[in-house]
Amino acid sequence: MNAKNLFRVAVYAVLLVAALFFLAPLYVMLVTSFKDADQLRAGNLLSLPTSLNFESWTLAWSTACTGVDCRGLKPYFWNSVSMAVPAVLISTIWGALNGYVLSMWKFRGSDLLFGFILFGVFMPFQVVLLPMSQVLGFMGLSSSVTGLVLVHSLAGMAGTTLFFRNYYTAIPHELIQAARMDGAGFWRIFYRIVIPMSTPILMVTLIWQFTNIWNDFLFGVAFSGADSKPITVGLNNMANTTSSVKSYNVDMAAAIIAGLPTMLVYVLAGQYFVKGLTAGAVKG
Amino acid sequence: MAASLHIAGIRKVFGKGDKAVEILKKIDIEVAPGEFLILVGPSGCGKSTLLNIIAGLEEPTEGELKIAGKNVVGVAPAQRDIAMVFQSYALYPTMNVADNIGFALEMRKVPLGVRKKRIQEVAAMLQIEHLLERRPAQLSGGQRQRVAMGRALARDPQLFLFDEPLSNLDAKLRVEMRAEIKRLHQVSGITSVYVTHDQIEAMTLGSRIAVMKDGILQQIGTPDDIYRRPANTYVAGFIGSPTMNLIAGSASGTGATSQFLFEGGSLQLPSPAKGKVTLGQRPEHIHLSDDAAWRGTVTLVEPTGADTYVVIKTGVGLITVRTPPSTQVKVGDNVGMTVSSNHNNWFDAQSGLRLGVEHT
Repeated sequence: MNAKNLFRVAVYAVLLVAALFFLAPLYVMLVTSFKDADQLRAGNLLSLPTSLNFESWTLAWSTACTGVDCRGLKPYFWNSVSMAVPAVLISTIWGALNGYVLSMWKFRGSDLLFGFILFGVFMPFQVVLLPMSQVLGFMGLSSSVTGLVLVHSLAGMAGTTLFFRNYYTAIPHELIQAARMDGAGFWRIFYRIVIPMSTPILMVTLIWQFTNIWNDFLFGVAFSGADSKPITVGLNNMANTTSSVKSYNVDMAAAIIAGLPTMLVYVLAGQYFVKGLTAGAVKG
Repeated sequence: MAASLHIAGIRKVFGKGDKAVEILKKIDIEVAPGEFLILVGPSGCGKSTLLNIIAGLEEPTEGELKIAGKNVVGVAPAQRDIAMVFQSYALYPTMNVADNIGFALEMRKVPLGVRKKRIQEVAAMLQIEHLLERRPAQLSGGQRQRVAMGRALARDPQLFLFDEPLSNLDAKLRVEMRAEIKRLHQVSGITSVYVTHDQIEAMTLGSRIAVMKDGILQQIGTPDDIYRRPANTYVAGFIGSPTMNLIAGSASGTGATSQFLFEGGSLQLPSPAKGKVTLGQRPEHIHLSDDAAWRGTVTLVEPTGADTYVVIKTGVGLITVRTPPSTQVKVGDNVGMTVSSNHNNWFDAQSGLRLGVEHT
C-alpha cells in the first residue's frame, strides 16, 4: 500500500468517526424509544431493543403528562404547525418582496435601508423580548398563536430579505428592463418573471425558516400562553415533569416526534437546498 | 408604421454637486420615418444612455424627446410603443420561445388566437418555428439572438432600439445576423436606432451614422459622408479599418504649388490653410512608388485576402497603405509613397476640426 492510499484510508477513517459521533445520539434516541421499562432498567444504552414496542410513542403523542395535563404532545404539535406554517409563508413572501424591491427597484436610500434590515440578522433576539411583549400586549396578541406568528414573521424577515436580495442581485437588470418595455408592471414582473426564477432560493428560505421557527424555544417560552405553547416548549416541560420513574423511552419518542417535521422538510426539499446555495455561481 | 424621432437639447447628468457627471451634453438628432440610425462611439461616450432615454428606461435631465411628433418625456416605456433588443438578449429564462415572443402581446391583452397567429408569423419570418417550445437555455447564441429579434418584431412597434445586439456572437454569426437585421429593416420599414461600438456594423447597417464621444455628437451623416468627409480627426480615426493616416505638418500656402512639409518628407499639395495643419489620408489613397521622395521602412505586411496592408515606419509615425495582394513588398524594404491629390482631408492642427471644402 503506497502513501496515497494510506492517506485515503486515513481520510475515510476520520469521516467515519465523525459520522458515527453525530449519528450516535440519534441511534440512542431511536433504540431507547422502542425499549420497555425492564430493558431501560438493564441500563445498556447501546443495546438493541428486544422487540419493537410502539407503546412509548403512543404515550408521548397522546397521553404523557406535563404537570397535571395528560394529553401528550399532540396539542403542542398542532400549536407548532399552526404557528410555523403561516409564519414561514409570511416571512418568505415578505422577504421575496423586500429582496425584489431592494435589488431591482432601487430608490434613494434603499441601500441604507437594506443595511438597517441586516441589523436584524445579527441582532440577538433576547434584546427584543421585553419590548416585543409590550407590543404584543398593546395589540392584544399576548399568549396567542397569532402573536407567535407575528413575532416569527418579523424575526425571520431580515434573514429572508438578505437571501432574496442577494439572489436577485444576480438576475440581469436588462431582464427587468425588457419586461418593462413589454408592458409589465411591478407586480407582473414579480410573479411572471422573478418568482418563476426563484425556485432554488425559495426552497432554501422555506427550509431555513421552517427549521428556525419549528425549533425555536426562546419566543415560544416567552410569548406563549397555556394553550399556545409550541412543541419545543411542550417537550421541555414534559421531560422536566418529575414522577417516580423517569420514562426515558417516552422522552426519546417525544423528542423524535418533535424533530420529525424538520427532517421531513429536509428530505422533501433538501435536494434544492444545496442547489440553491450554489445557484448564481452558474449562469443559465 | 414608421415614426419619426426628434431629439433636441438632451442632457443627462448623473450625481449631484461636485460628483455630478455630465454623460450627455446637448444632443440634437432628427430621425426621419423609416431611417436606420446608428449611434457609434467608444465605451462611455453616452450612446447607451441616449438609447435608454429614448426607451424611457432613464429620464433626461433636460431636453425634448418626441416619437411620431408626440412628446414622450415622462411617459412610461410601455406606453412609448417601442421595442428593444438587448445585448444580453434578456430572454425570460423560465418561458419557452413562443411565450417569450408573445409576452408583450399578452401584456397588451391581445386575444390568445391573434397572439398565436402573430407568434407563428414572426417565427416564420426568423426561421425559428422549430424552436417555439424550447427554453432560452436550450438555444445557441444565434438562436437566442433571433428570438430576441422576434420578441421585438411581434408587437410591430413604432420604433426599434438595438443595444449592441451582436457583440456576444462569434465573428461568422455576427456577419450573418448583421445581414438579417438589415433585411428585416428593409421588410418592416420600422424606424430603428442601433447602438454599437463596431464601426463596420455602423457602416454596413446605417442609413445614417451619429458618431459620439464624451457625451458630444461629433458628426452625423450618411456612411459615405462620415467615411469620406469626417468632421474632425476623432471621427477620421474612429471610422474606417485600418484607420485613416493622420500626418501632422505645416503648409507653406494655399496655392496649387504650395508645399506640405512634415517630419521626414514633403508633398506638393494645395492646403486650405497656411501654417500648422494635419493631413488625413485613407490607406487606399496612399500608393507605393519606387521613385517617390517620401520614404520609409516596411515594418509589417498584413494580407487580408482581398487586400494587403503594408505598415511603413516614417518620420511622422506609422503609415498604413493598402496594396493589391500581388504586392512583392517585404518587411525591412525601403519604399516610397505618393498620395492621391483629390482625396485629401485637412484638419486644423490645434482643434482637430476639418478645414476647407475641396474634396470629392
